[in-house]
Amino acid sequence: MRIKCPICGARDRREFYYVGDAMALARPDADADAAVWDDYIHNRDNPAGMTRDLWYHESGCSAWIVVTRSTVTHEISKVELASKVAGKMTGAPV
Amino acid sequence: MGKSAIELIAKTPCAGLLPIEIGTVSLTEVVPDHMTIVAPYAGKDKELSAALKGAHGMVMPAANRATGKGANRAIWFGQGQILLSGPAPDAALARHGAVVDQSDGWAVVALKGAGSRDVLARLTPIDLRAGVFKNGHTARTDLMHMMASITCLGADEFRIMVFRGFARTLVHDLETAMQGVAVRALA
Repeated sequence: MRIKCPICGARDRREFYYVGDAMALARPDADADAAVWDDYIHNRDNPAGMTRDLWYHESGCSAWIVVTRSTVTHEISKVELASKVAGKMTGAPV
Repeated sequence: MGKSAIELIAKTPCAGLLPIEIGTVSLTEVVPDHMTIVAPYAGKDKELSAALKGAHGMVMPAANRATGKGANRAIWFGQGQILLSGPAPDAALARHGAVVDQSDGWAVVALKGAGSRDVLARLTPIDLRAGVFKNGHTARTDLMHMMASITCLGADEFRIMVFRGFARTLVHDLETAMQGVAVRALA
């Protein structure tokens, strides 16, 4: 598996560390409902299809990236810097 | 400094380990006078590049590139930072970015000679073909299980850097790969 880092270009998967669902970037307001926080912290979808995950280019440039990938075909359709995505993320499915 | 009762002698990271030469490939230690991380403040890339050019004669390298000559190099060193290797950093740099001393923190080696690309190819996943990874190109990547900085400085010449604490592992891994490549050449 190769991931195209927006800074370094296509690199081997072993340079990256998998962090989890990119929903982590969609942090609710501090005074949001308890149910919203419960969703943010605990509840994850497990889609057969497109998913957005956070990866860390650990032994490369150290960027956090958001990878849009199909869990069915393993095709990667988009890779973005997390710094550019943060603030625009919602908890909604891809 | 005054004369003290104990005389401290600095050891380089690869002291007692290098140089080695196997087949056509040599591995030697490089000891830059200074190593400094320079990280431009947000939106200050141009100002920092100009200061670097004015003080040290080299512009700030783009991602995956290195600038400079001989012992004085500016090597892209990851997201938003470069490594100034060689000269003591000019005070002007600190106006446009964070300047952090790294001297003594990194083991630096030079891998040279015909077949050095084959040696590196055994240890790192990046594309090392001569037409892809050229003179002046650099990468932050894996070298075996260590995070490393690898810079191409000529057709068959590379500068490799890992954290100082990994110096012995670095030399071991490179030496093993050098032996493998040298034996293959005999077959």
